[in-house]
Amino acid sequence: MDSTDTELEDIEVELLVRALQRRHGYDFGQYSPASLKRRIQQLAHTQGDGTISRLIERVLHEPGFLQVVLEGLSVPVSEMFRDPPVFRALREQVLPVLASYPQINIWQAGCAHGQEVYSLAILLEEEGLYERTQIYATDFNESALRQAQEGIYPAKEAQLWSRNYLEAGGRHTLADYYSARYELIKLDQRLRRNVIFANHNLVADEVFCEAQLVVCRNVLIYFSDALQDRTLALFRHSLVRGGFLCLGTRESLDFAPSAKDFTPVDAGLRIYRLGGRSAVRG
Amino acid sequence: MPAPQAVVLGCSAGGLAALETVLAQLDPALPQALIVCCHTGSSDVGLFCELLALHSALPVAEAAERHPARGGVVHVAPSGYHLLLETDHRFSLSIDPKVCYSRPAIDVLFASAAAAYRERLVGVLMTGANHDGASGLAEIRRRGGIAVVQDPQDAEAPSMPQAALDLAGADHCLPLQQIGPLLNRLCLP
Repeated sequence: MDSTDTELEDIEVELLVRALQRRHGYDFGQYSPASLKRRIQQLAHTQGDGTISRLIERVLHEPGFLQVVLEGLSVPVSEMFRDPPVFRALREQVLPVLASYPQINIWQAGCAHGQEVYSLAILLEEEGLYERTQIYATDFNESALRQAQEGIYPAKEAQLWSRNYLEAGGRHTLADYYSARYELIKLDQRLRRNVIFANHNLVADEVFCEAQLVVCRNVLIYFSDALQDRTLALFRHSLVRGGFLCLGTRESLDFAPSAKDFTPVDAGLRIYRLGGRSAVRG
Repeated sequence: MPAPQAVVLGCSAGGLAALETVLAQLDPALPQALIVCCHTGSSDVGLFCELLALHSALPVAEAAERHPARGGVVHVAPSGYHLLLETDHRFSLSIDPKVCYSRPAIDVLFASAAAAYRERLVGVLMTGANHDGASGLAEIRRRGGIAVVQDPQDAEAPSMPQAALDLAGADHCLPLQQIGPLLNRLCLP
């Protein structure tokens, strides 16, 4: 591939993004280009005979191919209790405040395969709050949502997740919450009883609930500054005053004007509260 | 030929010692951004950055999401994320699947940096026990950048530099002790 070829590839990426938008209404134009391009290249390898142009053709003409592309372009990687100190802080600093609400609404935005949804449900269960909690778990990827509802994961993950769970202050063992069979584990489906899984696209959709806590970890890292800011504004409008926002531990709010409405609870762990310091007190 | 704007460095097993050697020999006046991806296996690169800073001629900091790669600073990829460069030379992170069993992966950093800096990039691949970085280094060369590979015979773990030589070749292949001085020559006007 010489320099002309690499420029051609840049053009193909643009055209694919445009095709997805014009043909199907999915706008990836506001995604961070570097990761998007990498994912598109990988899709071209697995689904496009090596070329992005072939992907464009299939996106335009093949019914059902959209879903394949959406799966390839979304973020389905997570683990249970990823970054245990975050879940410990949620347990020790956030849930005690949420306990003062008669009904607790939590929005997990970009829930992917659901690992963090089940992690949250376990936290709430152990803190005695789950009966009065509603978790809205949303993603734009239908297939990820289906897998999230099933709660079935490779058994080889269980060791790391169990360690995470204990580091996050777990009161039992993670094995109490899943059954293992062959190479798979299945999370206790009772944990799902207060979860609503729903399709929601942060790029295009609006506010749909009033929440005391929004959890959206490692999703905005894929968004441009403008889309990150728009999404933070969406979270601001979804949160009650004094509500909490939990982002990924390496996300930066330094280029988002909407971040000014959020006050750090633990800046290092990226846990924030809506409202200025005066609003948070008491 | 215009001077490089950035240097990306990749290493794995034995990488800390190799980086300490290279960074200690750099000219403190280097105006380029240096960007490091090393498989450390730890969950936090804070300590790794502190250790590097003890030896480095230039300040060392974890690369921060959305912030620009700054000249005269050594930026280190955070643990658990791929580190990428956008075309405006700002950092992006991703939690996409591991590449070569690694996240951060050298291939991901190198390929994105190649697209961002094109021919004004130097890629350095050193000691390591897998084949991460080989295809990224090939991408750097394709875009007209300069590829530097540690002589595998000189490397604590030879398979990574060897894999890079086999796949991408190199503009310079030399022992560790000569990499820092070479970078000074390539980068200073």
